[in-house]
Amino acid sequence: MIQARGLGRRFGSKRVIRGLDLEVRAGELLLVTGPNGSGKSTLLALMAGLLAPTEGEIEVDLPRGRMGYLAHEPLVYKELTALENLDLYGRLYHVVERRETIGALLERFGLWEVRHQSVGSFSRGMQQRLALCRVLLHGPELLLFDEPYSGLDASARTLVDDVLAEATGAKTLVVASHEPEHVRPLATQALALA
Amino acid sequence: MTYFADVAALARKDILLELRSRDTLPAMLLFVVSALVVFHFSLPSDASATASTGLLWIALLFTALLGLGRAFTAEREQRVLDGLVLAPCDRSAIWLAKTLGVLVFLGIAEAVALPAYALFFEPVGWELVAAVLLADLGLAAVGTLLAAMAAASRARELLLPLLFLPLVIPVVVGGVGATVVDDPGRYLGFLALYDLIFAILSWASFEYVVAE
Amino acid sequence: MSLRNNRAVLLAAAAAVLLVAGLALALFWAPEDADQGFSQRIFYIHVPIALTAYACFGWGAWKALRLLWTRESRYDLESYTAVHMGVIFGILTLVTGSIWAKISWGVWWTWSERQLTLFLVLFLFYCAYFMLRFSVEAGPRRANLSAVYALFGVALIPVSFLAIRLAENFIHPVVFTRDGPQMSGSMFFVFCVCLAAMLGLFASLYTNELTGKRLDARLRELREALE
Repeated sequence: MIQARGLGRRFGSKRVIRGLDLEVRAGELLLVTGPNGSGKSTLLALMAGLLAPTEGEIEVDLPRGRMGYLAHEPLVYKELTALENLDLYGRLYHVVERRETIGALLERFGLWEVRHQSVGSFSRGMQQRLALCRVLLHGPELLLFDEPYSGLDASARTLVDDVLAEATGAKTLVVASHEPEHVRPLATQALALA
Repeated sequence: MTYFADVAALARKDILLELRSRDTLPAMLLFVVSALVVFHFSLPSDASATASTGLLWIALLFTALLGLGRAFTAEREQRVLDGLVLAPCDRSAIWLAKTLGVLVFLGIAEAVALPAYALFFEPVGWELVAAVLLADLGLAAVGTLLAAMAAASRARELLLPLLFLPLVIPVVVGGVGATVVDDPGRYLGFLALYDLIFAILSWASFEYVVAE
Repeated sequence: MSLRNNRAVLLAAAAAVLLVAGLALALFWAPEDADQGFSQRIFYIHVPIALTAYACFGWGAWKALRLLWTRESRYDLESYTAVHMGVIFGILTLVTGSIWAKISWGVWWTWSERQLTLFLVLFLFYCAYFMLRFSVEAGPRRANLSAVYALFGVALIPVSFLAIRLAENFIHPVVFTRDGPQMSGSMFFVFCVCLAAMLGLFASLYTNELTGKRLDARLRELREALE
């Protein structure tokens, strides 16, 4: 599903990724580890199509709408409510039965009570949970998770574990994390970036 | 068509954002009236009526710049633009929705500016209104694209006026010309031509401005 | 590699020959203009430079289009170099035009010269191009933004020209008329030589700068490969 050959990306004069070859088949879980600045986020952004490679190539056999990308930032509008944000994404992704799907996700991630609150008032953990809702809303086949556990408390971490557990095998996953212990047992492939 | 449904969803979001923050539109309204007052003091008493027309167009131009400077701040600050760009919708839908939003703001600002101008300076004829409406299209179309460009840069607010002003000189010519000359048809036609060319260009190239 | 070198040298030599020939012809051989006298000879430099500037911007826009179409990064450098050259020729146009105005009418600037006004607008536009490039980090994003802007520039040229013509109806600049030279055969010949010279100069400088920049990039690549 994902194929990279000689993939490289530089920012200005700094080369963050260099000469990377990888292949991720459908249903696999790729765990990407490495210290800060090693290019984990860059790699995921390249897979998502947000960045273009400066060397080599990367191919993802999936249209944009079938992909879910969990970034460092939650990618939601602070000035809008949780519900309004998900409604927007629901419309843009042409989600069928939008209201029900949104409701179910908000409930599952414990945000139903605060759905009418503006995201600006959310804690980091709540924002991350909303981001998870955003990512799963359209039932993507490929999930790209960039540091999914960062900023989460124990109960939220369990939620992420659940998402990963039920997605394994059914969906393709790429997870970047610098605390990989949770994910390693599920991973079918591991990539350590320097 | 899903394209227009996407545009509608995005435009709805932009209106909601402005209703919540309520900062851009009031600033534009206050700015344009203040500018007109400043112009009163900057025009010597023997200045012609046409000189004040020119100043009105300058005021409108800079009011547009003010509004455009804020067009992508919400998306840029929280990198939400990435979320929109990843969505399966056509990226040009983002441009169209924003442009419509900017048009609405400009329209409201002008609904205040033109009566103020008529009050402070001289009566407003139909040619001026027609010219302003046509000019709005071009300003919004080009301005939205350039605002996205500026948002992607380090310089941001500094860059937008530099990119914007040379490109909109033809709009000023068309607008002032239509107001001042006896036969405004040619100038209105020119404005329409500008709108057509640059709206199409902006619509087609927005994809390359927000995605790599 | 050596073939390319040969071509570059030949191009530079041809440009140099044409330049010398063109200048000589313009200064000494071309017939004296009845109205303006000796000063009219600047025309043989000013207009070819202006036309070459247009050619630069057009070439830059073409390369920009190729970049957006194929997404190959080499077109970014080519487009940028062409625009860069265009700005240089544009400055020269403004300077030679200004000198000509001073000699003809005693003023360093006049709005009645449509060509000059157009170049002023374009100069501002393409200066903003450099500001844009300067404030975005090198990479695919900067290449895309530059390319889109270069395309807008080329669309602006005819639209601005039309605008300037329309503006004359209500701006009423102090009009200095200059009878455009009804070019006799020999005048036209000199003009063509000078035009070829300027275009040759552009081609030569362009190839040169491009090679230099590409060498820089290659050197950097090799250096990094060694790390």
